[in-house]
Amino acid sequence: MSESNEQTEVVLEVLQAIADRIEAEKKHLTDLDSAIGDADHGANMHRGFQEALEQVEGMDDEEPATVVKKIGTALISEVGGAAGPLYGGSIMSASQELDEGITAETSIAFAEAYLAKLQDRGDARVGDKTMVDALVPAVHTYKKSIESDDLPPLTALSKAVDAAERGVDFTVGIRASKGRASYLGWRSVGHQDPGATSTLYMLEEILDVAAEHLEGEIDRDAYSPTIPDEEPEEA
Amino acid sequence: MVSIVVVSHSKKAAEGIRDVAQEMGGDATIRPVGGDPDGGIGTTAPAIEEAIREASDGSGVLVIADLGSAVMNAEIAVEAVEGEIEATIADAPILEGTLNAAVSAAQPDASLAEVLERAEEARDLRKL
Repeated sequence: MSESNEQTEVVLEVLQAIADRIEAEKKHLTDLDSAIGDADHGANMHRGFQEALEQVEGMDDEEPATVVKKIGTALISEVGGAAGPLYGGSIMSASQELDEGITAETSIAFAEAYLAKLQDRGDARVGDKTMVDALVPAVHTYKKSIESDDLPPLTALSKAVDAAERGVDFTVGIRASKGRASYLGWRSVGHQDPGATSTLYMLEEILDVAAEHLEGEIDRDAYSPTIPDEEPEEA
Repeated sequence: MVSIVVVSHSKKAAEGIRDVAQEMGGDATIRPVGGDPDGGIGTTAPAIEEAIREASDGSGVLVIADLGSAVMNAEIAVEAVEGEIEATIADAPILEGTLNAAVSAAQPDASLAEVLERAEEARDLRKL
């Protein structure tokens, strides 16, 4: 099997893992969205990822970038709401960064391109109570961990997931300034953002699949940042 | 003739706005689009793209959308027809903007830029 086929297989594994996770969390995402949005995030995301699974069938021999792009277009067509253009459009646009295959370098480029497209399309900044609050710390942590701290990509990814989790927590206590929740004004305070939450789920699933394929320490002891002395359950 | 695509989270709202605007817009082509793939409230980019393609007669298409994600999906649809159809999104309130645009588009020699300008003038409409 060629290297690009192996990478495509991993991309498909990630997609399956995310689709399963979204299915499992469908009700939870919708519950979060009913509090401050239009109560469709779980159903929309589930519909989108099921469509993506269908559309990538038989693409095992394609280049990884082609499969990633296909996932993006499937999400655009089926998710609806803001999540369709935001997730799907950003994945589709960032997929070109993977044209040379998936490496530490291209994965950083993908993450940065994804974030740039997302912010361009949604016009949201950190603190607006959106998926950007989870994504910005994740992307920045990933890039810094690899480029400045010279950590293996798997360790960098685990730190990024941890950063995203803190970002999700951050969305709880702030007032929404973008998206449907912003219409609620102060009533949005105290609720966790559904888009930040689904972003975290995706990153967690990417990490889980990556852990099966990459070497490196998974450093998520800050997963429970308020209990620094507690040993992580497993490394 | 410049055509107009009305994008709402609600297909019924889009159709209603079309009906209101058509009364003033004579022969202007106004195509309503809306609803998510399950028939619920929402919008999708492919449906908007299809509406743009159907509405177009080669003279340009003005797209007017309601809230947040409808605008994002309209952007993706406009990007998808880039190079084939001249389409642009109006930054205007959806009903008043569509009405203004329809009146403007009913003049056969009106350009897309002119129809866009008329639509966006609706931002300044006062009611009281």
